[in-house]
Amino acid sequence: MAEVTYLEALRQGLREEMRRDERVFILGEDVGRYGGAFKVTEGFIDEFGDRRVIDTPISEAAIVGAAAGAAHLGMRPVAEMQFIDFISCAYDMLTNYVATSRYRANLACPIVVRGPCGGYVRGGPFHSQNPEAAFLHTPGLKIVCPATARDAKGLIKAAIRDDDPVLYFEHKYLYRRIKEQLPEDGDLVTPIGSARVAREGTDLSIVTYSAMVWKALDAAQQLEKEDGLAVEVLDLRTLLPMDDAAILATVRKTNRVMIVHEDTRTGGVAGEIAARINEAAFEWLDAPVLRVTAADTPLPYAPTLEDYVLPQVADIVMVARKLASY
Amino acid sequence: MTAPDERRPAKGRAVAPPARSVPGTSAPAPDERRPAKGRAVAPPARSVPGTSDIARRTGPAGLPAGLSRAQLLELYYFMRLTRSLEERLTNLYRQGKVIGGLFRSLGQEADSVGTAYALDRSAGDMLSPLIRNLGSLLVMGARPVDVLRQYMAKATGPTRGRELNVHFGDLERGFIGQISHLGDMVPVMAGVTLTFRMRGERRVGLVYVGDGAMSTGAFHEGMNLAAVRRLPLVVVAENNGYAYSTTLERQTAVTELAQKARAYGVPSERVDGNDVLAVYEAARGAVARARAGDGVTLLELVTFRRKGHAEHDDQHYVPRELLAQWERNDPIARWAARLTESRWADQAALEAADARVAAELDEAVRVAEQEPLPEPGTALGGVYAEPASQLAPWYREVPRG
Repeated sequence: MAEVTYLEALRQGLREEMRRDERVFILGEDVGRYGGAFKVTEGFIDEFGDRRVIDTPISEAAIVGAAAGAAHLGMRPVAEMQFIDFISCAYDMLTNYVATSRYRANLACPIVVRGPCGGYVRGGPFHSQNPEAAFLHTPGLKIVCPATARDAKGLIKAAIRDDDPVLYFEHKYLYRRIKEQLPEDGDLVTPIGSARVAREGTDLSIVTYSAMVWKALDAAQQLEKEDGLAVEVLDLRTLLPMDDAAILATVRKTNRVMIVHEDTRTGGVAGEIAARINEAAFEWLDAPVLRVTAADTPLPYAPTLEDYVLPQVADIVMVARKLASY
Repeated sequence: MTAPDERRPAKGRAVAPPARSVPGTSAPAPDERRPAKGRAVAPPARSVPGTSDIARRTGPAGLPAGLSRAQLLELYYFMRLTRSLEERLTNLYRQGKVIGGLFRSLGQEADSVGTAYALDRSAGDMLSPLIRNLGSLLVMGARPVDVLRQYMAKATGPTRGRELNVHFGDLERGFIGQISHLGDMVPVMAGVTLTFRMRGERRVGLVYVGDGAMSTGAFHEGMNLAAVRRLPLVVVAENNGYAYSTTLERQTAVTELAQKARAYGVPSERVDGNDVLAVYEAARGAVARARAGDGVTLLELVTFRRKGHAEHDDQHYVPRELLAQWERNDPIARWAARLTESRWADQAALEAADARVAAELDEAVRVAEQEPLPEPGTALGGVYAEPASQLAPWYREVPRG
């Protein structure tokens, strides 16, 4: 067992898949000689050559489109968005071309589009986004959001092996802050579509994903200490397809549910989760499903502004107390 | 107000084909453009003749472009098949049996057929069409009955009623179906040809754009990526004068689409798109360049859209005299005349080809017409590879609407 960061775990997963399967290749901006803006693919060009680690022009639509074309022919491309904010430049290609290809043309499109998402890093409005809600609405795509180093590795491996297009949103705040003991040998794969109970509890449930898992765990600890509450934290890991069974299980267990995400509130993932709970488990609820999210603004740069807009542990604690006492 | 044709000198000279090679639009010699760093799969030194060599080369019987009599006649057959199939579709459209829009390629058949015919299907070459490239699909081996099924939304069609018209693909036959978002297939075909390159396969890709599609960002990104990686891709720019109702002058500030190639560092050629042999020869040269590792070529085919954007569109915005000019420049009539005048085929052979087309289409229409629409429930499957992950588990139990 060796202690690795979230970023190193992701790198290991990519490298192992490239060694395992010669159909896997990487394309993106500055991914080759430079090793990627965050050095995720550092050293890859030396090991795999410029045939399999391809530097592209600044062309997100072409990166995704070319990945799709290669995937049709049986390749397993991994396309990097330098910051996930730029995935919107490939929105047409992803939603109209990639996501529909199997349905409309029986054409497999097993691509992975990955990139750093998320705030708390003073990145401003265009280097901090969480774009999952924009794609949750698109049948044909899968979306994964690892919160741990284990899942950073396990989900990239699963995404590469998946026969459908997978968006892999890695949180840049976690890159070097999260460390975990991971086995050095063995094939560590996290199944897509499967949530994980990050903390067992009986009084209320926090359904969350990505970096918010850690804030939820901090909040749960505080609530246990100060309020004696046993808070369950469910780490969704995959948003599409959503692990409905795991969500319903925690609803039935605690009967009080809140959803926490870093993305903005209106039209966010939390709304969809709340609707599913409402449809499938209304009788199990002792309180309305509550949300903690970012405020509905673009993400500002100044620390005072960013911290105000993004969800904090204190926000989660406050809403959890409201939920517990409802 | 100035009539569109008065500001369009190129369009006015309907019968005069454009110069084969336009000075100033050809790119520097391949060696100058090759990056200093060697590619992983180094293209071999080549001795593939250029377009002009092919044009000059004649076979033992005085036949052009290295084509046999049967092949010269086959070009006629495919153009005739394209036009006649669209005419059958028009009849079905008027009967309400073609459910969606009908997009004609009347007058552009030489463009589709001549370019696709230049690909080597036995080598695994691939193309991706646009809405007016029915002829390209037929050359690649698409069956008329499947086109009819597509237009009539039949369960038996290649997309089982999910997609319409010529939006379908067949990897085995070598074509990838387009979507409606113009330009998107350029990056996709860049990825296809990138894969040929990565695997060391000597296969070529061909993708169509039009005067309208070339205004999209996807075209630019795909073209630039293909050019910078020197991918084995032929980009066919169909200049048919109109994107829906928008004229070339309102689409772009250049007068010739071939000029745009220069900005990407790729060679280009401007060709009379209604001369099937000229189109074939130019495409053949571009395909040879691509196969030899010399990268992308842009071919501008000058032609004209003689019907509206789709069947509902009466194209009142197109000057009548311009239409009349291009009717006199019909690619099928021109090729038929050339075949007989050059004694490459006699009238009886053309009539036999016409009869073959009619018989094949009679049968295809008969088969397709009686087939059913898809069962409603088939709408749900196939979104993902695994059926289990298609929908939320309770979704099916919740009443719709």
